Amino acid sequence: MRVLGGILLAALLAGTSFASAETLRWARAGDSLTLDPHSQNEGPTHTVSHQIYEPLVLRDTAGKIVPALATEWAPKSDNPNIWVFKLREGVTFHDGADFTATDVVFSLKRAMSPNSDMKALLASVKEVRAVGDFTVEIETDGPNPIMPNNLTNLFIMDKEWSEANNAIEVQDFEGGEETFSSRNTNGTGAYRLVSREPDAKTVLQAFDGYWGKDEFPLDVTEIIYTPIQNAATRVAALLSGEIDFIQDVPVQDLKRVADAEGLKVIKAPQNRVIFFGVNQGDADLASDNIEGKNPFADKKVRQAMNIAINREAIRKIIMRGQSIPAGVIVPPFANGWTQDLDTVPETDLKAAKALMTEAGYGDGFSVTLNCPNDRYINDEAICQAAVGMLAQIGIKVNLDAKPKAQHFPLINTLETDFYMLGWGVATFDSEYVFNFLVHTRDDKYGAWNGTRYSNPDLDVKIASLASEIDLDKRNKTIGEIWEVIQEDVVYLPIHHQVLNWGMVEKLQTEIQPEDQPKVKYFELK
Amino acid sequence: MISFVVKRLLQAVLVLLLAGLVAFSMFRFVGDPVESLLGQERTQADIERLRGQLGLDDPFPVQYYRFLERAVQGDFGLSYRQGRPVAEIIAERAPATLELAAVSGLFAIFAGITLGVFTALRRDSVLSRSVMMVSLIGVSLPTFLIGILLIYVFSVELNWLPSFGRGETVDLGGWTTGFLTVSGLKALILPAITLGLYQMTLIMRLVRAEMLEVLEQDYIRFARARGLSERAINFRHALKNTLVPVITVTGLQLGSIIAFAIITETVFQWPGVGLLFINAIQFVDIPVMAAYLMLIALMFVIINLVVDLLYFAIDPRLRAEGGRANV
Repeated sequence: MRVLGGILLAALLAGTSFASAETLRWARAGDSLTLDPHSQNEGPTHTVSHQIYEPLVLRDTAGKIVPALATEWAPKSDNPNIWVFKLREGVTFHDGADFTATDVVFSLKRAMSPNSDMKALLASVKEVRAVGDFTVEIETDGPNPIMPNNLTNLFIMDKEWSEANNAIEVQDFEGGEETFSSRNTNGTGAYRLVSREPDAKTVLQAFDGYWGKDEFPLDVTEIIYTPIQNAATRVAALLSGEIDFIQDVPVQDLKRVADAEGLKVIKAPQNRVIFFGVNQGDADLASDNIEGKNPFADKKVRQAMNIAINREAIRKIIMRGQSIPAGVIVPPFANGWTQDLDTVPETDLKAAKALMTEAGYGDGFSVTLNCPNDRYINDEAICQAAVGMLAQIGIKVNLDAKPKAQHFPLINTLETDFYMLGWGVATFDSEYVFNFLVHTRDDKYGAWNGTRYSNPDLDVKIASLASEIDLDKRNKTIGEIWEVIQEDVVYLPIHHQVLNWGMVEKLQTEIQPEDQPKVKYFELK
Repeated sequence: MISFVVKRLLQAVLVLLLAGLVAFSMFRFVGDPVESLLGQERTQADIERLRGQLGLDDPFPVQYYRFLERAVQGDFGLSYRQGRPVAEIIAERAPATLELAAVSGLFAIFAGITLGVFTALRRDSVLSRSVMMVSLIGVSLPTFLIGILLIYVFSVELNWLPSFGRGETVDLGGWTTGFLTVSGLKALILPAITLGLYQMTLIMRLVRAEMLEVLEQDYIRFARARGLSERAINFRHALKNTLVPVITVTGLQLGSIIAFAIITETVFQWPGVGLLFINAIQFVDIPVMAAYLMLIALMFVIINLVVDLLYFAIDPRLRAEGGRANV
């Protein structure tokens, strides 16, 4: 009898917690990998952290930088190498401790430590120091005009809490011990952690002592976050009413969800552009059938390929309308993007064939295209389409599609001659694109440049951006760099991805372009 | 007897070691964990530093040896993906898989035997023919499709059962169970059917075939001639004699229910070790993959060992030959 009572009680509890009006049941393909805010620089991990922890500044639903734990920031008037951040007063951590400048210094230093995954964003930082209780100075090794852009995902932890719980180190694989902060949290965010089972369920509850109680809607009082990997199951869970909000509706199910009663789909361009890279630097290609020559080294071939790819067809047929054809490899949100750069090259097979003939490849050639099959929306299908389109100008492409864990190392080890890559611009600034994708590859730069493209003049210009404090001059240089990249056809842009969020009708929000919803902004009507 | 057991044990250890070696030789084809570990903003220096730290540049036999050295001390290392001890993660996930496997195993046995007996006794009835036909579909449809179909019918259209997860669970000293809550029990139904359907049809067909054969035997005819009731003949005499092969097959299938829960767990987002393994593959989480594969190998080795020993106990001929028999 007691057992039966227990079952009934449990059922009752289960029933009520799910029926509560302010609970947001939220699903997405991936789970947060760890609750440690500096251990993984990865989308779903940051998304969960954003509810619990806060950075100094963050990007709101429109992608704009707004104050979070800092209220004001500016470079120091007498020294452009120093950024001064005024901190918000009266903020408390979930355990009741006060938030002060020492916490910021501790957290940023922690994020810069060797085992942190966030350290690259702070690579230019020389020192972080507290000036009084509510001012922090960040000194860089030269002027850094876009310092705040780098801080939007750098979360602030409590120094005392981290020290007391042996969480000073981010992650130590050699030591073989679990870090306390990978499963426990103490942030300043609008929601505090109640329970978490990795890959199953994370429960968060509104934090009573949140500083922004009167500033934000905070309509949601409880969040139940569940990863559901299988796309069909995820959509089924939304359709059956078990889930209120999913972040990734597969393009083939958009209509189904939009037509379902009580559900809606909202769409917006994502901060991610998809493109092809080609090996244009090597003297010969390993995967082609031309001996002793590299067809991609010839600009005419790259131009021909660029106008042979029919982006509109890819949008209509493969993406079911859910993409924005691109002419440049930077998303529209980022500084340096212009409508002009993003003009989509008109598909012209005749001109493309003429260019091929001019380059001496009238009979075409064969080459291997490496493509991921589990990373971007319909990635493999896009590659298949490209194979057909390039065949029309005589390029016989052998498609090699692999899971991302095998695809990306090929770019890293320069084992691919022709590959697909997608890029999100974390800092919302073109410099980020140049540093990783365009600069000649060396120890510090060009980590994702698999094209072997190397332009010393351009490298100098790219390096100069990091410390150019005159924004007009800096933007002019950015424009010049883009011009060269477009002229040289370094990459073949395909499209900007579009985000599709499916949700119950009463939920009101805009799509956050980084795919990082911050629930404190959500409204329920 | 002892020499037989010792020999079997030595063989088991050898099989385990070989399974591990094969697993380790395959890992580099799964991908490079460094790519998933470091974010987009990694530099060449980061990659090299981490590779060195994780010992990924060593040849795979060296990596394997290192794994074994720690594994015999009960240390399976840290998961790359979650940064937590692998042993702890697997212990946390095992209840979900074991409960699911137990329920689907029981479902397979009871439904399989019941339907098998029924279709054997009422061979020509319309119902048993349709059962046979449906069972054919059950064997031939892939698991994920059955799962999706069940979700579509029972979650989306009828709204009776949950489409994902374990529901509410109760923690009994480290063992989380879904048996004690209504939502936990409801969540078990669809995945258990999906996972057990294949085994059920297998058992059903086996029972049916055995039953049909036994029913033709002389002792059944004599039993009938003695005037025993149909009920006694069918269940006490016929069914009992069909169960020996059924038990053998079921025992061996138990291992595959656990090992093949991977697909069912992915479809239903069931937080068990199968889902853990799939995620480990996508992330190239070598410590988790290694521990999981070794544990599954260990499980199969133990099941086979037990079956061998049971044969040994049952069949006197093996004993007479001093354990040289090969079974």
